[in-house]
Amino acid sequence: MTAEQIIFFLTGALILVSALMVVTTRNLVHAALWLVSTLFGVAVLFASLDATFLAVVQVVVYIGAIAILFIFAVMLTRRNLLDKVPQTNAGWPWAALVAISAFAGLVFLVGQMPNAGAQKNVVFGDPLMALSMALVSPDAYVLAFEVASIMLLAALVGAVYIANRK
Amino acid sequence: MEFLSDPIKVIYEWLMLTFTGWSWAGWVSSLVINLLAIVGFISAIMVLDILLVWVERKVVARFQDRLGPNRVGPFGIFQPFPDIIKLILKEDITPEGADRVPFNLAPILSLGSVLFLWAVVPLASRIYGVDLNVALLYLVAAGSIGTLSIIMAGWASNNKYALLGAYRMVANMISYEIPMVVALLIPTVLAGSMSLKTITEAQSTNGGVWFVLVSPLGALIFLIAAIAELGRSPFDLNEGESEIVSGYHIEYSGMKFGLFYAGELLHAFTFGGFVAALFFGGWHGPWAEQYPLLGAFYFVAKAMFGYWVIMWVKYTVPRIRIDHMLAFNWKFLTPLAFALLMVTAVVHRVLLDVPTWLYVAGMFLSNVILVWITVEVLRAQARREREAKASAQLAAAD
Repeated sequence: MTAEQIIFFLTGALILVSALMVVTTRNLVHAALWLVSTLFGVAVLFASLDATFLAVVQVVVYIGAIAILFIFAVMLTRRNLLDKVPQTNAGWPWAALVAISAFAGLVFLVGQMPNAGAQKNVVFGDPLMALSMALVSPDAYVLAFEVASIMLLAALVGAVYIANRK
Repeated sequence: MEFLSDPIKVIYEWLMLTFTGWSWAGWVSSLVINLLAIVGFISAIMVLDILLVWVERKVVARFQDRLGPNRVGPFGIFQPFPDIIKLILKEDITPEGADRVPFNLAPILSLGSVLFLWAVVPLASRIYGVDLNVALLYLVAAGSIGTLSIIMAGWASNNKYALLGAYRMVANMISYEIPMVVALLIPTVLAGSMSLKTITEAQSTNGGVWFVLVSPLGALIFLIAAIAELGRSPFDLNEGESEIVSGYHIEYSGMKFGLFYAGELLHAFTFGGFVAALFFGGWHGPWAEQYPLLGAFYFVAKAMFGYWVIMWVKYTVPRIRIDHMLAFNWKFLTPLAFALLMVTAVVHRVLLDVPTWLYVAGMFLSNVILVWITVEVLRAQARREREAKASAQLAAAD
């Protein structure tokens, strides 16, 4: 077992345990903090795959913005934060069935892959440069990139309009 | 003399020979050497941090016309050690109703978020932790871990003042992250890379100059955003002694408070280092290329200068109100930063092929013109507000 595999298994365990805690803990702020731990584990996975940009953006966007927003929302909504309602509803066996079959399907698909279990490919050149070129290249994703930015701009203008209405 | 030209490599090879001499496997020895390097580097920074306590107290004393620590050792330089002993001996209190795990995790994360930053800081040409190609985004990411630690501290303390302080701090940090990121984009545009090593090198090789000459306004915006991110005066309303009794760390005692305090000092010094690396040529100086240790000295000296400027601001200006702070960020600093980014990108592209002196002069001039336009806009705005007020008073008098 290489060091990389050890890191992968440890990170995987961290992600799974934290994800489980997110849905089972009864304290909403703790759930948000466990979510942070899950997202951080995903960032570690990205980093171990040499996707440094994705790893850092994962931390900036998901931990720095979204998780903080969650924590704020949870803190500002209720005093006690400890609900005594049951945590599952009547449909949980169906959800479990879907989850298990999806997992089995994934395991089956990965087993079918010709190079499953092989070492990861060595990345040539600067992946960050390749990503940024792809975002502005007409042959690649420039249209999607621009559409996404226009959508964000529209959301921003809309938010300002709603907030500013007298 | 190889040690002088590349000390890290010499130490690495020597340790490698020693460990493989003990018949350790190659990967084990390289792992152990890397761990040793991390522990050694962090310890060195923490020792520096102890010294920073003395620096901070001595400098604030100068600004307030006092002597500062002067009893323990020459110039009171050993004063931090009694401070530390005092902090360690203090009773470690966990308030009733506190959320234990986040409460204890918060100071660790707070200091950790600062220590993370040192992984990407290039101390000299061949002395750096890792040459990350997204180092500037990494700076922002580590900052968001710091935000998280503060909100954990504020919430887990089960104290209203702590929670209020945390809210203020998070509002502060999230808002000022935007001008900071835009200011970080300016060296990125100028150097064509987000790697701190490349940015530092771009300020000396091929006739490069310190980016503070190319983009003085960018350096100023970064400094302001950095001070806000640090939560130092004038943006220290998270502490607000007179209103919320020091805010998010009110419930912390002993060394847990010490970790917050050490984290704050080191954070300020680290941002001084980032200002140095991004705008003041990092480790560059006479003979720094040949002798990396000299480069590290230059870097620390420049970082100390940045730290001193941050202290100078902290101990000179009073705290501002939260609505002023937010308005200053959203209505002034953010638009200015975006305008500067656009101007910098365009002028940089236009002047790409001209001689260096013309390029620097053009970039500097574009910054000056932008500042002039900003001042004119502000003056017109103030005049409009004054006139509106005067006419309202006239109308009220009638």
